[in-house]
Amino acid sequence: MQLEINGKGHEILAQPDMPLLWALRDLVGLTGTKYGCGLALCGACTVHVDGHPVRACALPVSAVSHKKITTIEGVGSSALGKKVQDAWIAEDVPQCGYCQSGQIMSAAALLASNPSPSDDEITTAMNGNLCRCGAYDRIRKAIHRAAKT
Amino acid sequence: MTESARPFTAPRKPDVETLSNASRRELIGNAGALILAFVVPPIRVQGRSGAEPSPSMGTDINAFVRVGSDGVITLIIGKSEMGQGIYTGYAQLIGEELEVDWRTVCVESAPVAVVYNGSDLPIQYTGGSSSTLTGFDGMREAGAAARCMLIAAGSEAWRVPASELVADNGAVVHRASGRRLGYGKLAARAAQLPVPSSVTLKQPSEWRLIGKPLPRVDSRDKSTGGATFGLDVRLPDLHYSLVARAPTFGATLFSVDPGPANAVPDVVAVVAVPTGIAVIATNTWAARRGRDALRIVWSPGAGPGLSTLELTKTYARTAARPGVVAFAVGNAADASAGGKSQLAADYQTPYLAHAAMEPLNCTVAFLSGECHVYTGTQGQSSDQQAAAEASGLTADKVHVHTTLLGGGFGRRVHPTSDFVREAVSVAKAFPKPVMTIWSREDDMQHDYFRPQAHNRLTATLGPDGLPISWAHTQVVQPIYVGTALESMTVDPKTGLDSSTHDGASDIPYAIPNIRVDIHQENRPVPVMWMRSVGHSVTAFAIESFLDECAHQAGRDPLEYRLALLKDKPRHVATLKLAAEKAGWGTTLPAGRARGIAVHQMSGTTTVAQVAEVSLVDGKPRVHRVVVAIDCGLAVNPRSIAQQLEGAVNFGLSGALYAEITLEEGHVVQSNFNDYEIVRFRDAPTVETYIVPSTEPPSGVGQEGVPPIAPAVANALFALTGVRARRLPLKHTLFTA
Repeated sequence: MQLEINGKGHEILAQPDMPLLWALRDLVGLTGTKYGCGLALCGACTVHVDGHPVRACALPVSAVSHKKITTIEGVGSSALGKKVQDAWIAEDVPQCGYCQSGQIMSAAALLASNPSPSDDEITTAMNGNLCRCGAYDRIRKAIHRAAKT
Repeated sequence: MTESARPFTAPRKPDVETLSNASRRELIGNAGALILAFVVPPIRVQGRSGAEPSPSMGTDINAFVRVGSDGVITLIIGKSEMGQGIYTGYAQLIGEELEVDWRTVCVESAPVAVVYNGSDLPIQYTGGSSSTLTGFDGMREAGAAARCMLIAAGSEAWRVPASELVADNGAVVHRASGRRLGYGKLAARAAQLPVPSSVTLKQPSEWRLIGKPLPRVDSRDKSTGGATFGLDVRLPDLHYSLVARAPTFGATLFSVDPGPANAVPDVVAVVAVPTGIAVIATNTWAARRGRDALRIVWSPGAGPGLSTLELTKTYARTAARPGVVAFAVGNAADASAGGKSQLAADYQTPYLAHAAMEPLNCTVAFLSGECHVYTGTQGQSSDQQAAAEASGLTADKVHVHTTLLGGGFGRRVHPTSDFVREAVSVAKAFPKPVMTIWSREDDMQHDYFRPQAHNRLTATLGPDGLPISWAHTQVVQPIYVGTALESMTVDPKTGLDSSTHDGASDIPYAIPNIRVDIHQENRPVPVMWMRSVGHSVTAFAIESFLDECAHQAGRDPLEYRLALLKDKPRHVATLKLAAEKAGWGTTLPAGRARGIAVHQMSGTTTVAQVAEVSLVDGKPRVHRVVVAIDCGLAVNPRSIAQQLEGAVNFGLSGALYAEITLEEGHVVQSNFNDYEIVRFRDAPTVETYIVPSTEPPSGVGQEGVPPIAPAVANALFALTGVRARRLPLKHTLFTA
């Protein structure tokens, strides 16, 4: 099966129902995308497929062959992705940091479709990404910061 | 607070006597390509600049400081980073004395070795909000010792007395001539020089890093996908395993048919381990499918009829009787007869799961007769021991490699090291390295929970409305009884476990007659500490009930507390600061109200919070929380603010939504759909204010948790007149 991840082709051998998350982590070796719940409940596994944020833990890998997949390892190669990551670092968003790959991918997708989101729009877009360390306020600030740069 | 020429004892250069240090040298040094090809690189974070330290070009000055020939400083830290910021905090302490350029600082996780124990216990662990206090001297001394050795190397190089040299921003400088040599140029020689027998630490007035809101060393890696958590460990030929464990408390394996699991593609083995049946596969998905396909029959154990309904009823009945006295002053029973008015209230709190975002996991590889354990752990010493027991090796043949932790909250250090012990058993049964992964459901249903509790409080108020007697009965499972920690935590006279009266027996309020008594319940539900241990329960009961007393007395809740805290300066200072910053007493828009609470842990760190709430669609919404903290010297105010933001949201999850309930001896909840935690929509703005202090630094990781539930419940009472006495608050109907 062919996957295009962060602009690079990968040939993998996977059962068609394997969620993209495990293909990325166990077969391709890209571990930045995280497992949190396995049921699309927490957002830790968020990646972009053809530019749209999706939960990789609930998406069969067979559904995304020949589509463009972007992960946390690749999002920084776009100007917008880099801006979001820099804002995250500047605001010191992460505590344990485990959910932050998914948070950044959701935030980058939000800013791609809405370059200057309001607080309410941020809440709506980010409400599916859980953070047990409670970094929500800093995430909000980082999104505003990225929007302004 | 300041030391000069104190004996330099703890940190010293690693040598061959310290086997784990020797092992680390093998891993990072030039011990051979074979080993290097096998193990993962040391677990490290890159620091602010993103400079990648080059291990092959580094020189260890001592067990804590490595200097690269490129000048990049790697600090080796024995405390585990689970979000609390200790990599940053310890880097500040070492770096302060080492005189580093903060941008060049990277951190690597330490192996298990005596030199990395804190000053409190003879074990390597991270917990109890203890790290900053217990490492405050040792880390500075380690940095100072390395500085002295670098200066000595400079002295030798330039043939000038060391007294003419100073350390400055990553270099040794000859003051008279202005000559400057970077640490990278001096490190190789410095490492060969004698370790100083004593060091002189800087005066607080000279600090450049301590007390400053420095940015975290790990933000970059954690924002780019480059951070290595336990689940991110990758070894050649790594296999993945999930374990089927008993679905009800105390159940045991009766029979298993592994056929359907073996039929799943990519499953390579099904093995029995003491905790259940492990399915091993070449990828996690296959292991999960295989595990779920196992046909297992379990024999019911001791707790098949166990239910939350039954427990709650039994605990309530038990609470009506006096228990074993944990603390008494005066005579609460006699005094209650002479009072003006009496109050009684019952507070109920559920079991809670830790639910760190990274589910438990542990990777084990056997190499050359030694056992390598890779995991995000808070308890390296106990893990080493558990792995030794499970593998049949001696502890010196077990190497614990600590990754970053995707949250801990106490779960990742249990006296049994359950998740490490199990993973070693799995790997022992298979010839390749194995990562044992807990699914979210495994992690939630096989947690050691914060225990369910029932707190009954009664008080008698005197003529001025202040309590003249106070009786507090708690019914709860003990945490420490029966564990390796029993000797330190259980009173041999009463048999009481300290966790059962945390925060209750040290009630700060000046009440002349107090009795705190405890019923220790034995139930087959595994329990342990969770971020603030017993305090998150007792603070809810005490601070809510005190609010009830204030209301009964017709007095302002803040003023009422202050009247009872005259000899408690930390409580008074934090309450006043939080109240002032929150605008306590000023008018809020219609539909909003404030509540206040204060709590102290370990006789040191004290936190007051003012919560501002409203009802949105009839449900509580917390808009703003003002936090005031006295934690002694604030080593990093930015990090402290982060911890309090985290603690408020963590405590708010338990206050508003989260609960673990039991039916027929099993845990009902399994994932974030039924174990709800605070989301973006729920998260308040948190403002943190720090009481200036020169007292020794005390904990900040868990101390912000206890006040939030009562502050919110008190605010909801102020708003609606409805007194919530049961958590989570989603069970209470509030109407404005």
